[in-house]
Amino acid sequence: MAKLTKVQRRKKALGILGNIYSVLIYAVLYIPVVVMMIFSFNNQRYNYYWNGFTTQWYGKLFSNDALIGSLWYSLVIAVLATVISVVIGTLGALGLKRFEFRGKKLVNNMLYVPIIVPEIVLAVALLIIFMNLGFALGMGSILIGHCTFCIPYAVVTIKGRISGDGDSLEEASMDLGANRMQTFWRVTLPSIMPGVMSAAFLSFTLSIDDVVMSNLLAGAKNSTLPVLILSMNKTGITPDVNALTTIMILVIVAGMVLSNLVKGRLNKRVPQ
Amino acid sequence: MKKPIDDASSLQAINRRRDVRRKTLPALAQAGPVSVWMILFVTIPMLFIIYISFMSRGVFGDVVYEFSLESYQTLLDTTYFKVILKSLQVAVFTTVLCLGLGYPFAYYIARKPPEVASKLIMLIMIPFWTNSLMRLNSWLLLFQTSGPINTFLQWSGITDHPITFIYTDALVVLGMITNMLPFAVLPLYSTIEKLQKSLLEASSDLGATPVQTFLKVTLPLTFPGIFSAIILVFIPSLGIYTVSDVLGGGKVLYIGNIIKNQFGSIRNWPLGAALSVLLLVITGLLIFIYTRFAKLEDMEVV
Repeated sequence: MAKLTKVQRRKKALGILGNIYSVLIYAVLYIPVVVMMIFSFNNQRYNYYWNGFTTQWYGKLFSNDALIGSLWYSLVIAVLATVISVVIGTLGALGLKRFEFRGKKLVNNMLYVPIIVPEIVLAVALLIIFMNLGFALGMGSILIGHCTFCIPYAVVTIKGRISGDGDSLEEASMDLGANRMQTFWRVTLPSIMPGVMSAAFLSFTLSIDDVVMSNLLAGAKNSTLPVLILSMNKTGITPDVNALTTIMILVIVAGMVLSNLVKGRLNKRVPQ
Repeated sequence: MKKPIDDASSLQAINRRRDVRRKTLPALAQAGPVSVWMILFVTIPMLFIIYISFMSRGVFGDVVYEFSLESYQTLLDTTYFKVILKSLQVAVFTTVLCLGLGYPFAYYIARKPPEVASKLIMLIMIPFWTNSLMRLNSWLLLFQTSGPINTFLQWSGITDHPITFIYTDALVVLGMITNMLPFAVLPLYSTIEKLQKSLLEASSDLGATPVQTFLKVTLPLTFPGIFSAIILVFIPSLGIYTVSDVLGGGKVLYIGNIIKNQFGSIRNWPLGAALSVLLLVITGLLIFIYTRFAKLEDMEVV
C-alpha cells in the first residue's frame, strides 16, 4: 500500500467522519418514522409500551369509522386544495412573470406572507374574518385556509420553471397561427409541467399534513386526520392510527417515485 | 381642421382596444385570481388582526370595538412576558442547534456529485411526509418513564431511577429540531453548492489554513443561505404549538399555545391578536434585515 501523505490522511479521516456524521443525522430523522411503524404492530389498545406483535390493526383500522371518516375528509380537502392551488398558482406564476400592472409588487410581497409568517397568525386572522362575516366554519373555511398557504408555494415553484426563452417559443407558436388557448395547452403548459407537478405534490402534502389551519378553522362536526390525531394525544393514540400512517407514507413514497419517473421523462422531452 | 385630430383619436382608440385584447385581458385572467385571493385572504385578514389587537375585550369574551392598549399592556404582565421570553429562548436554541447541526451536513451533501446529492436531499424529505404529530408521538414513546430509553439506561446501570424526559423543554427542543432541520439544510445546501471550488483552492494556495479559509471565504459567501435558514427555522419555531402540545403535554406553554387558547376556551381575541401582531413584528424585522443584503425571491423556500 502506498504511503499516504499527511494531507491525504487528513482528507480520508474527514471523509469517514463526514459519513458517520450524516448517518447520525439521518438516524435522528428516521428514528421517529421507524418507531411509528413498529408501533403499528403493537398488540395493545393504546400505544404506551410494547406488548407483543400483531397485524390485527391493519384489518381493524377500516372498521374505525371516526378514523376512516377523517381520512376521507382530509383527502377530499387535500385534492380540492391541490386543484385550486395549482390552477390559480399556474396562472398566477405566468401572469406575475409576464405582465406589469399596478399592485404587482404588493401581490408579490403578499405571496411571501403565508410562507414566512407563523401559520397560527394567518389561521387566527382568517378565523376572525370568517367569524365576523358569519361564514360557517367547516370544509369551506379549511379549504380556503389550505389554499392560502398552498397557492404561494405553487406560484414560487412554478415561477422557477418559467424560463426566459419561453416567450419566444410562444411568439413562434402564435406566428404559426395557433391561438392563445392552443399555445397555452401545447407550448406553455408542457414547458412548465415539471414545476406544475412539483407544485401539485407540494400542495397535496402540505394540505394533508396540516394541523394548525385545520384545527382552528374546523367546524364542530368533522375533523381532518391530523386534528383527530392531535385530539387523541390526550387519551393515547391507538395502533390503528399508526397502521394508517404507515400505509399513507408508503403510498406517498410510491407516488413520489412514480412522479419522479414522469418528471424525468418530461425533462428529457423539453429541450432546456 | 378637425379631421386629423379625429383620426388620431380614433387611432388611439383602436390601439387602446387592441392593447386591451392583447395585454389587459390575459393579464387579468392570469394574475387576477392570485391577486384577488392574496388580497382577500392575506392582506385584509392581516390588517384586521392588527385592528382587533387595539380593541378591548367585553365581559362575555366578545370584542368591544373601542380603542384600547389593554391587550398590549397585558403582554407586559409577568406571566405573559415570561412565556414570550421562554418562546424566544426555545426558538433561538432550536435555530442555533439546527444551524450547527445542519451546516456540516449541508456541506457534506453539497460536496457529493449532483446525482448523489439530489438523492441525499430526497432522503431528508421522505420522513417529512409522515404525519408530524405521529413522529412527535414516537419521541414520546421512546422517552417516557417506562419507555425503551429509560429501560436501557437502568439496565446498563447509568442511572438507577427513571429520568423524566417527557414534558420537559429539552424534549420539546428535540422535537423542534426533528421538525425544522430540513428548513435549515435546504437553503444552506443550495448556497454551499453554488460556492466555487476554485475560490477555496485559491485561498489554500495563498497559504490560508482550512480554518482561515472557512472563516474568511466559505462563511461570508454562504451567509445568504445562513440567514434564509435562520428565518425559515426561527420564525416557525416561535409560533408552533403542536410540538409543545404533544411533547410538553400541556405543561409547557409557548406563544403559539397562548394564541390558540385565546380563540378557544379563554376567549380573549384582542389579546390573541396582540400576540399575533408581536409575531408579525418580529417576522417583519427579520425580513427587513434580510432584504438589506439579499432579495426575498432568493430565499430557498421549496
